[in-house]
Amino acid sequence: MTIPREEMLKIDNTPPRKSWMEVPPDFSKGKFCYPSQIKALEYLKMPNPREWSPTDEDWKLPPNWQEIIHKGFKERLDKYRSLKVFMDVCVRCGACADKCHFFIGTGDPKNMPVLRAELLRSIYRNDFTLAGKILGKLAGARKLTTDVIKEWFSYFYQCTECRRCSVFCPYGIDTAEITMMARELLHLLGISIHWIMDPVSNCTRTGNHLGIQPQNFKEIIEFFCDDIEEITGKRIEPSFNRKGAEILFVTPSGDAFADPGTYSFMGYLMLFEAIGLDYTLSTYASEGGNFGLFTSSDMMKKLNAKMYHEAKRLGVKYIIGGECGHMWRVINQYMDTMNGPADFLEVPKSPITGTVFENAKSTKMVHIAEFTADLIKHNKLKLDPSRNDHLKVTFHDSCNPSRAMGLLEEPRYVIKNVCNHFYDMPANTIRENTFCCGSGSGLNTEEIMELRLRGGLPRANAVKHVHETFGVNMLACVCAIDRAVLPPLMNYWVPGVSVTGLHELVGNALILDGEIERTLNLRMEDLPGAEGEGNDDDE
Amino acid sequence: MSLVKLLEKYRSRIIDEWFQIIIATYPPEAKKLFSNLKDSFNNPVGSTAIKSMTEVFDLLLKDGDSPDTLKKSLDPLVRIRAVQEFTPSQALHFIVELKRVVRDSLERELKEAGGSLQEEVGAFESQIDTLLLIGFDIYMGCREQIYSYKANHVKERTLNLLKKANVLCEVPDVGTEIIPHNVYKNGGFDNTKTSNKGD
Repeated sequence: MTIPREEMLKIDNTPPRKSWMEVPPDFSKGKFCYPSQIKALEYLKMPNPREWSPTDEDWKLPPNWQEIIHKGFKERLDKYRSLKVFMDVCVRCGACADKCHFFIGTGDPKNMPVLRAELLRSIYRNDFTLAGKILGKLAGARKLTTDVIKEWFSYFYQCTECRRCSVFCPYGIDTAEITMMARELLHLLGISIHWIMDPVSNCTRTGNHLGIQPQNFKEIIEFFCDDIEEITGKRIEPSFNRKGAEILFVTPSGDAFADPGTYSFMGYLMLFEAIGLDYTLSTYASEGGNFGLFTSSDMMKKLNAKMYHEAKRLGVKYIIGGECGHMWRVINQYMDTMNGPADFLEVPKSPITGTVFENAKSTKMVHIAEFTADLIKHNKLKLDPSRNDHLKVTFHDSCNPSRAMGLLEEPRYVIKNVCNHFYDMPANTIRENTFCCGSGSGLNTEEIMELRLRGGLPRANAVKHVHETFGVNMLACVCAIDRAVLPPLMNYWVPGVSVTGLHELVGNALILDGEIERTLNLRMEDLPGAEGEGNDDDE
Repeated sequence: MSLVKLLEKYRSRIIDEWFQIIIATYPPEAKKLFSNLKDSFNNPVGSTAIKSMTEVFDLLLKDGDSPDTLKKSLDPLVRIRAVQEFTPSQALHFIVELKRVVRDSLERELKEAGGSLQEEVGAFESQIDTLLLIGFDIYMGCREQIYSYKANHVKERTLNLLKKANVLCEVPDVGTEIIPHNVYKNGGFDNTKTSNKGD
């Protein structure tokens, strides 16, 4: 006997069958990032600071908000030829559609890069093209309403600016730059998110996202040195703000305060100690990350300039940069035309191997993975990879170092020299095709955890494959946001896989001259085969 | 022919129709991507769904399938549904729908059997009920996991603020686990005695 369908549990599973222009964004709880606070916007002298919430009907926009957007859009079209090209050239071939991790994880059509860009293009057509002005909707144009603004806020904060879609676009449209422009326009109306503006404001004030004061920054590093001393028996005394040092080292502040990034910071310190590098840390340029990139070109320029200003003040020859993601995008794609060329610095040359880093000729900033890979290649480091023998490692190419600077081989080369077990994930999920962690570009905030987990699904799915096939239990990466967001992502999708920075692995394998026999790794856990031995040592 | 034999005969058709029910819960634009099972890495949603559904269906046909193995096979799919924008009922509705898919697919055969398979059908459907309850456990487990991330974040942030404000101290071994290891100094009410030195 068949049960009549009417009698079965009735649940509407059908998604709305409407044109995308008619589907309003959803601002129920958990589906948006919290807006920025008045304090941060006032401090940064940004427009329209006010109390508001995306759940409010009235977003308290300035009275002439349409004019502001129109003028702002025009200004940017005149300033950036690329934006004009990106607005005009898309033929909607769909090559990008299924490349976005958010679309792959959600199935929401407005997460297809082509449609995300269309949110902006429809206004561009309406305001700036003849066809759009005459034919309106027929030509894919629409009027600018508050709903459009709300939709922008929803979907341009569901893009992590990872640029995977751009790899597949036959025209090379950089959807990340479209997102950047949309966010700039939203800023003109005072629409921004707390998780980005607070770090930007802090960074402007104290030099780092967390607002860590110079003395605290120094204290944190000294704590690391205490731990290193306990583990290796060697005391490291890094210098701070030292004029005349050969090199300034800058890394994201995430490495200073958030595990597991902290272990990578210890790795950097140990590496520099091992080779006797003449370097200094700065308590002012204490942040490599640049949330200005997620705000506006002016803000990005300002925060980037801080590092170079400090390099100039201290009179160093060049800068080595730590394991950061978007810092490297700013350096490689924008720094040179924004604040460069950094003529007051020298072309980076490794004092140990003599290698000249021609790729950093203009920016004068070398990625630590390149620097370390070069040291290993020239046999300048004493390494014991067996200390990492309990680990089966895979490498997550962080979006920005891979796609914005082509850093693909160096981290792998380093891992293979400091670990005995390395397994790459499938080809279409790594290197320039890498999947984003799902939380980049300032979206690493707790209130949108489900969105982050959806966006991180393609990455986690590939990790799951190597976990199940090869028993991989450690995911290495070279980005502070990755190190902060991949642990919950792994915990949810692939339990049993931990997260590490590259230089944590280096620090563990590195043999320092005169060190004691190690029984602990940088996490203060027993080294494999040394369980319990650490207890014999007197303090 | 027994019900199990019939289900085995129509296995691929039933699984495919069941899979289509999942796919239909997503916007039409996603249908093409989620149905394309050539590259599982580019389509984790579709490939996980088909894998889970196939495994679960095969387990239901087997005698003596344990809730544990069913849970293991169903988990990856429910895990995905739990973070997508569905209500709990929408997320798990596909499980109930298996009953309808089976009845629709075997409509002719069930009619021909004239009620002789009724008992077997009833037993199979109660297995689907069990599956639904297992799905419910998985779904709630996932949601609790996500809430714990959020709660832990708030806890850590609060603890850091308290540490920063120097209002925490270690409690010496008091022989009970009832009192948390970190408690407020002076009951947390007296701010006058907080010093910068910390003790």
